[in-house]
Amino acid sequence: MNGIIKLDRRYLLKTGVALGGGLVLACYFSFPSPAGAAEPPAPFAPNAFLRVGTDGSVTIINNKSEMGQGVYTALPMIVAEELDCDWQKVRVEAAPVAPIYNHTLFGSQVTGGSTSVRTEWQRLAQAGAAARAMLVAAAAQTWKADPAACRTAKGQVIHPDGRRLSYGDLAAKAAKLPVPAEVKLKDPTKYTLIGHPVHRLDSPAKVNGSAIFGIDVQLPGMLVAVIARPPVFGATLKEFDDKKAKAVPGVKAVVAVPAGVAVVAERFRPALQGRDALQVEWDEGPGATLSTDGLRRQYAALARTPGAPARREGDVAAALARAAKTLEAEYEVPFLAHAPMEPLNCCVDLRPDGCDIYTGTQMQTGARDTAARISGLPPEQVRVHTTYLGGGFGRRATPNSDFVAEAVQVAKAIGKPVKVIRTREDDMRAGYYRPFWYDRITAGLDAKGGVESWRHTIVGQSIMASTAFAGSIKDGIDDTSVEGASDIPYAFPNILVDLHTPTLPVPVLWWRSVGHSHTAFVVESFLDEVAHATGRDPLDLRRTLLAGHPRHLGVLELAARKAGWGKPLSPGRGMGIAVNASFGSFVAQVAEISVSKSGAIRVHRVVCAVDCGRIVNPDTIAAQMESGIIFGLTAALYGAITFKDGRVEQGNFDDYPLLRLDETPQIDVHLVPSSEDPGGIGEPGVPPIAPAVANALFSLSGARVRSLPLTPDKVLAAQAKG
Amino acid sequence: MITLDVNGKKIEVSVAADTPLLWVLREELQLTGTKFGCGEGICGACTVLVDGDPTRSCVTPVETMQGRKIVTIEGLPDTHPVKRAWLEQEVSQCGYCQPGQILAAAALLQSRPAPTDTEIDSAMGDNLCRCGTYPRIRKAIHQVASETKGGGK
Repeated sequence: MNGIIKLDRRYLLKTGVALGGGLVLACYFSFPSPAGAAEPPAPFAPNAFLRVGTDGSVTIINNKSEMGQGVYTALPMIVAEELDCDWQKVRVEAAPVAPIYNHTLFGSQVTGGSTSVRTEWQRLAQAGAAARAMLVAAAAQTWKADPAACRTAKGQVIHPDGRRLSYGDLAAKAAKLPVPAEVKLKDPTKYTLIGHPVHRLDSPAKVNGSAIFGIDVQLPGMLVAVIARPPVFGATLKEFDDKKAKAVPGVKAVVAVPAGVAVVAERFRPALQGRDALQVEWDEGPGATLSTDGLRRQYAALARTPGAPARREGDVAAALARAAKTLEAEYEVPFLAHAPMEPLNCCVDLRPDGCDIYTGTQMQTGARDTAARISGLPPEQVRVHTTYLGGGFGRRATPNSDFVAEAVQVAKAIGKPVKVIRTREDDMRAGYYRPFWYDRITAGLDAKGGVESWRHTIVGQSIMASTAFAGSIKDGIDDTSVEGASDIPYAFPNILVDLHTPTLPVPVLWWRSVGHSHTAFVVESFLDEVAHATGRDPLDLRRTLLAGHPRHLGVLELAARKAGWGKPLSPGRGMGIAVNASFGSFVAQVAEISVSKSGAIRVHRVVCAVDCGRIVNPDTIAAQMESGIIFGLTAALYGAITFKDGRVEQGNFDDYPLLRLDETPQIDVHLVPSSEDPGGIGEPGVPPIAPAVANALFSLSGARVRSLPLTPDKVLAAQAKG
Repeated sequence: MITLDVNGKKIEVSVAADTPLLWVLREELQLTGTKFGCGEGICGACTVLVDGDPTRSCVTPVETMQGRKIVTIEGLPDTHPVKRAWLEQEVSQCGYCQPGQILAAAALLQSRPAPTDTEIDSAMGDNLCRCGTYPRIRKAIHQVASETKGGGK
């Protein structure tokens, strides 16, 4: 990060003195602002990522979506650190869709894969440093001083003799100067923001209720719609009778759209009543036979046959044939809904000459292109206004922008601005789940109990297959299906990981931590089985197998030490450990649990150690670990989307419960200091918790539960067996 | 016409009598800080205070609200100790459930200025948060309690 870096000119779109240049900086995040305060002129916009106002305010144009992960604070911190501006004067604006705002790896504007800090650090640091250099040059010109002798602090350029000029005063002059071709980035030891806990820029609006989410957007003349959706995936509309629906006062229109039948009304309530009154018949198609029980049988049979190899080392078949002992187990995890607290919604203002989309999306380019395709408008006439996201977890990153598409279709059909809102039941039943997975795993042990071979067969739908990234599937392997399994760090001489990819009508999607949400549970649980079967301490076995993986070991040792691993526990308590590397970060967790007589697991304490490389905001790291653990505990203890007769059996938080405050354990997060490249932080907290809890259950009661969620009936059944 | 007392103001609204209070606040009064989460009174995102009590506005017919004092997140002063503690403890993540959480916490602290963890569990357990901000919600409530004690009240 340090030193002279050649600037890529693409990042430095100089916009000149006025914003009227029509470049990407033209601000159109224009839905009503509760503050309503007019912004002062911002003459200095040296690149696509920031502008400086005459009052010294600094606006960071953020190309990543804020869904709770803290990206509206972390990315501005990177800019502000190099710019040396006054943090109190930093504000954030959502970027419009433009090539400059594309994800540096994915080629379109995307927030996902825990990549924001990792991929944006360099160019944002350069953007801030270049702007600072221009402000210094402007001051030096004014003073006829040597720019190299001037320094900066808190939004001011300081002359060697102590004179000062504020960035606001310098903005107009700096705008006339050339953008430097090279900039020197700060020595990290001089950082005043990066690495320090900084309060989130989005918190005040979220605490006083003024933060605008997609569902809060109000447009003049806007109508509200809900959609009657097919009860089964793959079903098609046969016919509908809208007479009663249209009789509901306030209902303005009933229109068939690809997603179903939309009931459009002046307000949400009559739209809902209209939908209740609507009579719809569907051709349900073959999807109506889908059931979780049937799927389990189908997948289990597949798991006993060889799949496409994802990793092959040594000769597993030969090693298993000569093994002194083999261990074998089958694991499964269910479909899961993302269930963000803000149900999916999208607001569309479609006119003959343009289209404005207001929504919380993780994929702005996809939203724009989807709207362009449906409306027939050229993409440049579609503007995407990214609001706050009331949770994302991957659900607001559908490659087909399903929730945007349906809203544009309704808007096109009725010719008026419209907001389509999903009820909680719509949100939960209309698809895009973490896939259902079934795994069969076998370990071959030598006479001393050492693991000589490891065979892991995975069965589940491909996420990538239905996305623009389908081309990444090579030789039958979608990497997101096997991540965390094909790349296990453990030193086994013979490894075979293979994959079956059945197709189903159920739409699947990346769900916070993607493949790791499943593979960490299987791998870390089964390794625990191996440890107990061979009389090894689970931590000690991992130590042996992780020689040469210092970052895995680092978090493992830290979590174990802080948790008091190996020390006597209170009666009725059990402890389990798990480690996982995902999205460039390393996380180990120790869970301490008890079990009630009725089989209900109570998690009392989770100790978490994380090594995510260089840190921007340590408080956000801790918050995201807490968040990932609680999100993961919901999946470990409760989460399951199941099918019967093709229908999703869950609909709301009564049958798809989330972990509650009174069930939340004490969580202690410990950071491993690191100068490695930054890793992701939004997702890596999730994978280790389910196996840590399952392993704690075994150590407490000898009960091994190999299917999530760890419900009381499964716990009691395993205890009876164990 | 139904007359409501919202955030200290008397407001007349012309809506069907059984319209949930949530949608009156959001769509008629543009008080969008109160959120739609589940529509069945399960998640607490729609929590407002009615005569000081936390109430699920998504299942509360507006006609039952006449003569009652309704406070939404917009009506709680920015200087309110709960709002300040929420900022101090950096509770919010996606932020969607937080207006409901803050109002539930404000009601708890009004009746129990120094709640025990068990009292916090019981008062806050029904307000769901998908981001998992619960540990910080607990800390923020304890912070307000300790400030109150520190102030000699």
